[in-house]
Amino acid sequence: MATAFSTAKFSTQPFPLNPTSTTSHDSSIVFARPTSQFLGSTRKFRLTSSSKFNLSRRSKTVVAVSDVVKQKKSKSSPSLLITKEEGLDLYEDMVLGRAFEDMCAQMYYRGKMFGFVHLYNGQEAVSTGFIKLLKQQDSVVSTYRDHVHALSKGVPARAVMSELFGKTTGCCRGQGGSMHMFSREHNLLGGFAFIGEGIPVATGAAFTSKYKREVLKEADCDHVTLAFFGDGTCNNGQFFECLNMAALWKLPIVFVVENNLWAIGMSHLRATSDPHIYKKGPAFGMPGIHVDGMDVLKVREVAKEAIGRARRGEGPTLVECETYRFRGHSLADPDELRDPAEKARYAARDPITALKKYLIENSLASEAELKTIEKKIDEVVEDAVEFADESPVPSRSQLLENVFADPKGFGIGPDGRYRCEDPKFTEGTAHV
Amino acid sequence: MATGFHGVGAAVAALSSSPSNSFDSKKLLCSPRRSFPVRKGASFVADRSDGSVNLDLNPKARRAQQLIVNAVANKADSSPASSSSKPGHELLLFEALREGLEEEMDRDPRVCVMGEDVGHYGGSYKVTRGLAEKFGDLRVLDTPIAENSFTGMGIGAAMTGLRPVVEGMNMGFLLLAFNQISNNCGMLHYTSGGQFTIPIVIRGPGGVGRQLGAEHSQRLESYFQSIPGIQMVACSTPYNAKGLMKAAIRSENPVILFEHVLLYNLKERIPDEDYICNLEEAEMVRPGEHVTILTYSRMRYHVMQAAKTLVNKGYDPEVIDIRSLKPFDLHTIGNSVKKTHRVLIVEECMRTGGIGASLTAAITENFHDYLDTPIMCLSSQDVPTPYAGTLEEWTVVQPAQIVTAVEQLCK
Repeated sequence: MATAFSTAKFSTQPFPLNPTSTTSHDSSIVFARPTSQFLGSTRKFRLTSSSKFNLSRRSKTVVAVSDVVKQKKSKSSPSLLITKEEGLDLYEDMVLGRAFEDMCAQMYYRGKMFGFVHLYNGQEAVSTGFIKLLKQQDSVVSTYRDHVHALSKGVPARAVMSELFGKTTGCCRGQGGSMHMFSREHNLLGGFAFIGEGIPVATGAAFTSKYKREVLKEADCDHVTLAFFGDGTCNNGQFFECLNMAALWKLPIVFVVENNLWAIGMSHLRATSDPHIYKKGPAFGMPGIHVDGMDVLKVREVAKEAIGRARRGEGPTLVECETYRFRGHSLADPDELRDPAEKARYAARDPITALKKYLIENSLASEAELKTIEKKIDEVVEDAVEFADESPVPSRSQLLENVFADPKGFGIGPDGRYRCEDPKFTEGTAHV
Repeated sequence: MATGFHGVGAAVAALSSSPSNSFDSKKLLCSPRRSFPVRKGASFVADRSDGSVNLDLNPKARRAQQLIVNAVANKADSSPASSSSKPGHELLLFEALREGLEEEMDRDPRVCVMGEDVGHYGGSYKVTRGLAEKFGDLRVLDTPIAENSFTGMGIGAAMTGLRPVVEGMNMGFLLLAFNQISNNCGMLHYTSGGQFTIPIVIRGPGGVGRQLGAEHSQRLESYFQSIPGIQMVACSTPYNAKGLMKAAIRSENPVILFEHVLLYNLKERIPDEDYICNLEEAEMVRPGEHVTILTYSRMRYHVMQAAKTLVNKGYDPEVIDIRSLKPFDLHTIGNSVKKTHRVLIVEECMRTGGIGASLTAAITENFHDYLDTPIMCLSSQDVPTPYAGTLEEWTVVQPAQIVTAVEQLCK
């Protein structure tokens, strides 16, 4: 079985800082504006040229960070990427994501949740790798595949499960559903059904952060926004427009591409003229990084740099995470188009298995400790289901409650009073 | 907290000098006004711009008014004796918009502007002139040409604590932002279960201008009206332009403010003190007995011009500028219908699916019993606005048609 950390099939662009020379040779990225060294650790990634790409995606070798670390370890004292605590934290988060999504599938087939449900199995490393580095005030914007982003950001499993069941105790009172997870407390700005729709919203959140610092003079405001979206979105206008604006105004945002190669049934390679998404960053004046999205430690290293850059006010970064979804696009997708061999290849690189292996091999945790975590998560998920089951469904009076922040927006009725002042309003219809 | 204002003896300057001059209307200078004591925090009696006083507000409506708006009176002017010669100041509609915007930006540092050419250029219709110099490039943000994305950016900023005012250089360009306006602006408060508010104002000039061609002559109010969660208002005088701008910025709801390309140079004298116009209320322009004419934006002036002719012919039309396109002020409208029993809607929207169509439905539903005759709706033709001047003139409703329609209604 291949070890997840050593499959070195990715090319990552390092950062030569040559402001004067611009080349179109695709093996080097020239970053137009000189800044501090970006991603010191990626120096370990060798420059590769990839003029061809084929369905098997990679033919280069790159030494993974953790490989280098392992080599070092045999010579001298180990310098691991994570501490034991961090390792367990990451493991727990990924297991939560996986267990939760598996439970969603079960509940869906049992008729407890409906509509379009998009599961995140296989992509946990991206969510955990990035979001666990954030503070509560940092913002996350996601897509319809947002359950695990919500969980990683801190939204309780109970609230997410209730939302999926359509109950009032859901994080959005049952009004949002699977594709619209929001949490003001945890600064999760959604959950969007149309692809690309959340990217401008994320740009706006980053704009607010800059505005607070520069106009409102809140000098310590260094909130960062992460925008998650997929490979299909990278062909959408909103993506490019926001890359431009974010780089133009140096907004504190990281654009995280979860490239799982498939947009429902459309292969990324069939839809995109140049499938190397990370290259599109430098075209707008920001670094573009490619990383193995099945390896949570690699993602975390890249994320640290990107988030750090944003916090220091150096501007946005585009990070392309090569990842894979083990399930279909949604629970309604029969998933017949993808090659079983491809699925098997990625299944062998399961991020949770990989991290487990890393933790055990580096004596950061024992089997028993990990098992305890898994058991705990099972209980959390079971509890979430129970809670959701027992929660009440929304009543009729809830229908019109959140249409307007200021319900005077429903207007003045024929009797001269505002409609919202009428106690029977909630039983009527909300026409003008 | 009430809206109210010491009436403006509005002398609305004749607009434009183009040959097909349909804008002759000059509002009559009002007769000497009664004085109204200014009480702090109390409701004003609404003094309408043509000098007549609307005392029709029943206690409930007045209480409704009190709920919302606090017109902060200028203490220096509080003596009753002085109000009959209250100076105010004269300005053009686009300056009134700017004044409102600037006052709100002074008042609340979270208010910011974003749009194309709003900063250094001062706005394509000069509504934001001088603001970038005063408030800086970040508060008055010149955006690249990416309506969908910068509108979305405004929405994201609104969700995270700012109060942006997004300008569409021409309302028609906001078609490109329809995705964000419909999906995010209108919906996010609801789909987030009330967690996020979106106190955004989206504004810009629309309507049929002078031979601007089809794409620059669009009326987007009909396209946006179905979006749940937004409010739409249309300004038509410098007074209500400033008042609606301020009210829209202060509102917690997303508001779309429709301005009209041809109304920017209207001149009026407006009060010095702080005031806002209620977003949900209609404006009584001319009380009457025979027929209710409902209109908004530029068509108000065509209606008033027709009204002169009608008065000479012996008719007494009641003209209401509905101002709030969504939701409709069914109280003011209803009271009028109950009085006159005849309704004529004059709008610049297209016939199909326009504001007039919705208004017809709403009135029929609510006041059917009070109508003596079916509602008549005069709208623009269902054609892309032609470039040729003569054709363009026939696209929109002209005063002569309004006169004919009233004569027919009152037969």
